[in-house]
Amino acid sequence: MDKMVLNLGPQHPSTHGVLRLLLELDGEIITSVEPEVGYLHRSLEKMAESKSYIQYLPMVDRVDYLSGFFYSYAFCNAYETLNHIQVPEYANYIRVMFMELNRLASHLLWLGTYLLDLGAISPMFYTFREREDIVTYFEKVTGQRLMYNYFVFGGVRHCDIYLDEALRIVDNIYNKIDEYEDIITENPVFLSRTKDVGIISKQKALDWGLTGPNLRASGILQDYRSIMPIYDDLEFDIILSSEGDCYSRYIVRIYEMRESVYIIKQCIEYLQNINLSNVPLNNFYHKQKQHEGEIYSFVEAPRGLTMCYLKSVGEDTPYRVKWRTGSYYSTQILKDILKGVYLSDVMSIYGSLDVVLPEVDR
Amino acid sequence: MNYLLCTLFEIKWLPDIWAVILVSVIGFGVVISLLILTVLFLVLAERKLLGFFTQRKGPNRVGLWGVLQTTADAIKLLCKENIELLSSDKFIFTIAPIMAFASVILLWCLIPYNSEFHLINSSVGVLLYFAIASLPMIFHFLAGYSSNNKYSLIGSYRSLGLTCSYSIVLMLSVMSVILVSGTMDLDKIVLFQSKTWMIFSNVLGFLIFFIATLAKLNRCPFDLSEAESEIVCGYHTEYSGMRFAMFFLGEYAELFVMSMLVVILFFGGYLPPFGMYLANAFMGNCEFCSYLIYFEQTIWLFIKTLIIVFVIIWIRATLPRLTQVSTLNMFWKYIIPISIFNLIMIIMMRALW
Repeated sequence: MDKMVLNLGPQHPSTHGVLRLLLELDGEIITSVEPEVGYLHRSLEKMAESKSYIQYLPMVDRVDYLSGFFYSYAFCNAYETLNHIQVPEYANYIRVMFMELNRLASHLLWLGTYLLDLGAISPMFYTFREREDIVTYFEKVTGQRLMYNYFVFGGVRHCDIYLDEALRIVDNIYNKIDEYEDIITENPVFLSRTKDVGIISKQKALDWGLTGPNLRASGILQDYRSIMPIYDDLEFDIILSSEGDCYSRYIVRIYEMRESVYIIKQCIEYLQNINLSNVPLNNFYHKQKQHEGEIYSFVEAPRGLTMCYLKSVGEDTPYRVKWRTGSYYSTQILKDILKGVYLSDVMSIYGSLDVVLPEVDR
Repeated sequence: MNYLLCTLFEIKWLPDIWAVILVSVIGFGVVISLLILTVLFLVLAERKLLGFFTQRKGPNRVGLWGVLQTTADAIKLLCKENIELLSSDKFIFTIAPIMAFASVILLWCLIPYNSEFHLINSSVGVLLYFAIASLPMIFHFLAGYSSNNKYSLIGSYRSLGLTCSYSIVLMLSVMSVILVSGTMDLDKIVLFQSKTWMIFSNVLGFLIFFIATLAKLNRCPFDLSEAESEIVCGYHTEYSGMRFAMFFLGEYAELFVMSMLVVILFFGGYLPPFGMYLANAFMGNCEFCSYLIYFEQTIWLFIKTLIIVFVIIWIRATLPRLTQVSTLNMFWKYIIPISIFNLIMIIMMRALW
């Protein structure tokens, strides 16, 4: 029988951006997959070479519009390490707090859209309701809903961060996560769509370079937060699941949200005990000459390990910036795991990997 | 209907044949206007309800409480250009939505709205209903096939595969109803339930019938032939303007008429739930009441139907979509054997009594 080539994307309701999947179908069974990326390439890496550090800083949020703080942090961290800038402790706590809030927002958006991919409409509105709280809070603090530009070299831009409101938001979300679980986790239709679907074995996950929740769902204990110095004083568990199917990726993210709430609460507790109104705000950028050298900084972003390579030759502009993002590797693995599954499972597998296309293309 | 016809025959105001035609046209007009009004209301109701389920307001801009929203949408669709691909099969592409909508209108004519108003009164009403009810699916398939789009094609064969499974289940569970009531006439099935509703003697049959109804209506969790997150829009991907509206409104009309059938088969149709008409209860047995009762019957039918429709919308707000494979598995491995078992049980009960 002839095979049908189906061009899924670049414009498709559930590719979450402009991914093109060239599927070869035998009936409803997929025989080969060719993911094509690059429809959203903004040359963020090349642009860095013609902009000064401070000019490039607002752009790094745009690498991934759903978790801008992480990219901000990775770039700031690279610059600070290169130039030996000490970040005050309170700033580290604020950074962790905002990154975890951002992780919550990102995971909430993933949860809603994933269920929408599976055909359930309600959870999307529930999760967007809570995400709206976080995003409004971000807007209140940083002036922006998605592109924050709040972390600066040597600290954070300002310290008016309305801790009570943050506490209220995370408390609310902690309760709401239970509500999501009530309607999703035990839902037989959801189970039939996700259990034993899109299994990624340990070896396969490592071979294709998966990181983050996707890797932990395959049973590999790897969370870069545990070796990041700014998380040193905070207690949290690393969530692990062993099956490696869509369901365990869901479970890992759900529990990770709870851990994030836990981390944020610790940060808030610390920050409430110090007087934020008269802490020194650092802005080292204008004071000093750029150091030479190269550095590879990393951060555990919601979509896996994010690394920022920064090379400086002592000029005002970076010599080279390179981003390593989690989604790029999650897109690659589609080539392997989509083979032999049914067309209706494509969306449940692809959605469970939490790919965001701007992050893939940069 | 018969009453009106007899009156016309008696007064000899028109030749008999013209009287028959006049009465049919009036009846058809009533059904059509009922259908249009219900569908316009239903689309709004679904959007409002889904809004409430998800803590939104739903449409509330056009008209008071958003009541004119669907009318505005329909007018917009009416004015839009009908786009068609050069490579599509023009004739089938054009005729499929019209025929799909027309067959749904036919279904509306088969329903006994009250003990008097029954446009097509046949002694094999149930059979006729299901014969016509299978037509929209065929035109859905033709629509997808003729539009020459891969997503439409996938939607089409998914809907075909689904049809193969739910039709058998539908017929098997309807057979149990026919066996219990001993008639295929929809009117008589309703009257059979004047003591107890069918659902009490045939619970399993109702559950099976309801699940198969969801599949037949392409409703969640069986909306895989138009799963927008997988195959864009299924069979009507290439349709725009009024042709799309035909499918869209037809779907809602079918939703309502299938729910009416569920009510007629299992919940006593137009009969009041308390065994007594409210008109009689409040006003005694006057001559005016006997006319009022017809309206009351229709209102009861619609109220019961709206409850069923509410449940279907509720299910849509709750459940994700099943896959093609698991749906076929579910129907062929579990529901068909259960419905056969149910049928055998009913036959045994009939034989013993």
